[in-house]
Amino acid sequence: MSDDNKMTIIATKGTFDWAFPPFIIASTGVAMDKEVTIFFTFYGLNLLLKDTSKLRVSPIGNPSMPMKMPFGPKWLQKIDFGPKIPNVLWNIPGAESLVTWMMKKTMAKHGVAKIEELRSMCQEFDVKFIACEMTVELFGFDKADFIDGVEFAGAASYFDEAATGDHHLYM
Amino acid sequence: MADETLDASGLNCPLPILKTKKALSKMDTGKILDVISTDAGSVKDIEAFCNQTGNKLISTTEDGGKYVFTIERV
Repeated sequence: MSDDNKMTIIATKGTFDWAFPPFIIASTGVAMDKEVTIFFTFYGLNLLLKDTSKLRVSPIGNPSMPMKMPFGPKWLQKIDFGPKIPNVLWNIPGAESLVTWMMKKTMAKHGVAKIEELRSMCQEFDVKFIACEMTVELFGFDKADFIDGVEFAGAASYFDEAATGDHHLYM
Repeated sequence: MADETLDASGLNCPLPILKTKKALSKMDTGKILDVISTDAGSVKDIEAFCNQTGNKLISTTEDGGKYVFTIERV
């Protein structure tokens, strides 16, 4: 594989919804013969944990999030409750869990892969996962909580990966 | 006639592409793979996939929201 095929992604977000873009783009990239590295830093580190159950969708300050029923009659499913619900209501305990649950339901209905599935496909296709050592220590993560096959390194290592190729994305 | 068939019905982006890649990588050059998909986005995506990977898209057919892509492994 030539160096021109190199692609890197910096994954910085640690919410359930934002877990998808890095894994989708990376897995599709390798499927299309790219050589892909993802550098996970700050909140993005959460995407590499064995336990992904803590990943949540945050409805607070997320005005573009559609809020549609994943079940029920067709007319009901079409209504977007998102803009109708005052932001203050999202502060109610459990709101985040409810929204996350609804998004999971909707995704399953649409045949969208689970995070773990996309992540393991990335690994199967040899996407390189690098966890930012500095933020691992800063946030007090235990390396044993990360999935196997993760490298721990710093920003200089990212540049080594990104030295060639045309695709370098920040997510 | 296809040598292998991959049923990706009900799966959404990027799964049809990932499964196609996996299926093709297990096949020999010159063999034919039929991919069945219900994801309308896969029409453009399979084409792009073949463009980038050099595999040959022989035909695309659609019947009531069900797409069949015939691909030759190159």
